Amino acid sequence: MSLTARASPPRYLPGEALHAEWTKLRTVAGPSLLLAGVVALTVAVGVAAANAVQCKSVTCGIDPATVSFTGIYLGQAVAAVAGVLAIGNEYSTGMVKLSLTAMPRRLAWFLAKAAVLTAPMLLAAALAVAGSAVAGLLILPGHGFTPAHGYASLTAAADLRAAAGTVLYLTLIALLGFGVAVAVRDSAAAIGLVLGLLYLFPIAAAVVSDETIARHLQQIGPMSAGLDVQSTIGIAGLPLTPWQGLGVVALWAVGALLLGALVLRFRDA
Amino acid sequence: MTNRAMTPHRPAVAATQESFWHLVHAEWTKFRSVRGWGIAMLMAIAAISAFVFVATSIGRSCGTPSGSTPSGFTKVIVSACPPPPAGPGGEPVSDAFYFAHQPVTGNGTITVQMTSLTGQVEVSQASNGALQMAPGLQPWSKAGIIIKQSTSQGSAYAAMMITGSNGAAMQWDYVSNTPGLTGRVSATSPRWLRLVRDGSTITGYDSANGTDWTLVGTATLPRLPATVQAGLFAAAPGNPNTGATFTATGVFRHIGLSWSATGWTGTNVGGSGPNGVPLPGRFRQQAGTLSVTGSGDIAPLAGNLTVLSVQRALTGTFIGLIPLIVVGAMFITGEYRRGLIRVSLTASPRRGRLLTAKAVVIGAVSFVTGLIAATVAVAVGTHRLARTGIPVWPVAALAEARLVFGTAALLAIAAVLALAIGTILRRSALAITAATVLIFVPYLLATKQTPQAGPSAWGEWLVRATPAAAFSVQQAVPQFSQVIAIYTPTGGYYPLAPWAGLAVECAWAAAALAVAFLLLRRRDA
Repeated sequence: MSLTARASPPRYLPGEALHAEWTKLRTVAGPSLLLAGVVALTVAVGVAAANAVQCKSVTCGIDPATVSFTGIYLGQAVAAVAGVLAIGNEYSTGMVKLSLTAMPRRLAWFLAKAAVLTAPMLLAAALAVAGSAVAGLLILPGHGFTPAHGYASLTAAADLRAAAGTVLYLTLIALLGFGVAVAVRDSAAAIGLVLGLLYLFPIAAAVVSDETIARHLQQIGPMSAGLDVQSTIGIAGLPLTPWQGLGVVALWAVGALLLGALVLRFRDA
Repeated sequence: MTNRAMTPHRPAVAATQESFWHLVHAEWTKFRSVRGWGIAMLMAIAAISAFVFVATSIGRSCGTPSGSTPSGFTKVIVSACPPPPAGPGGEPVSDAFYFAHQPVTGNGTITVQMTSLTGQVEVSQASNGALQMAPGLQPWSKAGIIIKQSTSQGSAYAAMMITGSNGAAMQWDYVSNTPGLTGRVSATSPRWLRLVRDGSTITGYDSANGTDWTLVGTATLPRLPATVQAGLFAAAPGNPNTGATFTATGVFRHIGLSWSATGWTGTNVGGSGPNGVPLPGRFRQQAGTLSVTGSGDIAPLAGNLTVLSVQRALTGTFIGLIPLIVVGAMFITGEYRRGLIRVSLTASPRRGRLLTAKAVVIGAVSFVTGLIAATVAVAVGTHRLARTGIPVWPVAALAEARLVFGTAALLAIAAVLALAIGTILRRSALAITAATVLIFVPYLLATKQTPQAGPSAWGEWLVRATPAAAFSVQQAVPQFSQVIAIYTPTGGYYPLAPWAGLAVECAWAAAALAVAFLLLRRRDA
């Protein structure tokens, strides 16, 4: 018998990487608990917000879609954690070395992981949004959101756009967390950065007195821009159109993913 | 060779009672030897201090304050031209009303009977948009008697008045308000009002029958000259939500002056400019009665989003919170991640003491960090706001100290809260998210408003009951019961008193620490 080294590393098909990552995901409790958390918290806050709001007249100017989907304020944080931990755990446990030894093509591994995060996240976000929408449709008509007050329908095209956009928003935030976590390789720093990006822009925009700068801050911030997609009334006055707003979030997510991919490709794990 | 019997091992020194301060020292050593945590503290200082420059760069724009931006976050716009008058205490005030007055010298008394207070509101006709007057009284529409330093805006005064729905009241120097008799005034249930000047002291009385007088309040106006203007006034603030203009008309009888009377002069105090009266007033004398009609208000300019205060300079606290929460949580989750917790607990088997030592270290470090940052922010902010040329709400030294130390305490308690949550959850990312969400989401939801909707009940509840209540410690402009305005966290107004808000955050941190103690003792590390 002679010791022969293999000429080349085994070639993995993308499907195998996907399958491996899917196995990792479904065999630990954390990810499914987080996704359940996205659904539960989003719906719970949505129900509370719908119960708390009252439209007393035609001029109340309250957007029923943004009320129903208020839970996004909380749900996005859990989505971000899910994104961060999808890869952050590999770094914190040292698993990443094993994963990259088994799957030396780092970008394939990265894409497989992103895909395995995206699919369940889309499902959880859809459940969260569906739950919030049903709650809104059940509660809001009893709180003055009636045709008499100018709300002819709570399921118009704009409301469906708000719902679909919110699903995409939650998923994009998870991907943003994922990209940042790969880039900084530390869960704690990554989640701090993502939550800062989400929550600080609206606060900063509210305090800046120059209206142009404030408007730009709202256009740049992933949360303030992304939530434009939920608006169904007063769209003309928004800093961005609904889909442009979601586009800004997509740019943030793609930017973070690209940065993460670059860091992963060119730096030691 | 001698055979020595095996002796059981005995420690050379009996285990000394471990000192708590040793433990604190050990935790401090852990803290300072992690470079990233020190950098995070510096980042917090830098962020809070640097954001002052953003928050205080205010151009002298003449924009009208707008309610909110469509995405729901209320926008604070400071309109600055021309600046509003400043009251005796330096605070920006509204001082526009109709004044039927005469000069009086020395000590004396003015007494009147009021038989009616009515009001009008300007409404636009639905058909053609033309403005018309309709009956309408604001809760703080007011008419009564006043002794004022002069007819110039911002001068010292003391007044007894009947209000739209707040009964009789004595008010002086814009910020002070004391309630008197309750109930509405009418011809069958008139009210008697009296002001007595004695040097720099003015005392107000009211009475239902003109014989039994009740003391309402005593005002000290130190810079009152010998000759002042005394007389009757009427004012009605506009509606801050709709912008509607109101007038108020008071009917006076049995006007008695102890000074020698010289006849009434009518003046629209403040003129008709931007800071003047919205509608010119008038007075009419007939058959022993005198009726005075006026609009505007004599009150502090609070709550209307146009007031500048040093509170703006501390907005960076939000940014500084994030690195402090990250470090606070990692101070213990880092030990779980690396298994260091087992070493720590072996060295210090009394687990509660270990957590206490950690809380003391992270709390103290965050407090010092916050103190440095807040001191810089307030100092730089005060300087920069003064340079804008717009009147800034004056903050006494004690209140300024409360802002600085309160901000430091807010940050320290948040870090301890993050540490406790970290102990409970044992995972960095989860703990950081939980602590951040607990503070930020209630604040953001409380400040998220729809146009025309004032502060919602549950939004107020959020900044009462969650850790976000602690930001009340930064409130620099008081909330005045005699000024109807939109008092919301975005404008810097919180429902709880400053220290009460901080106490709420403390209660959260204490509760989280209690759960953390329990779990740390019960669970395996």
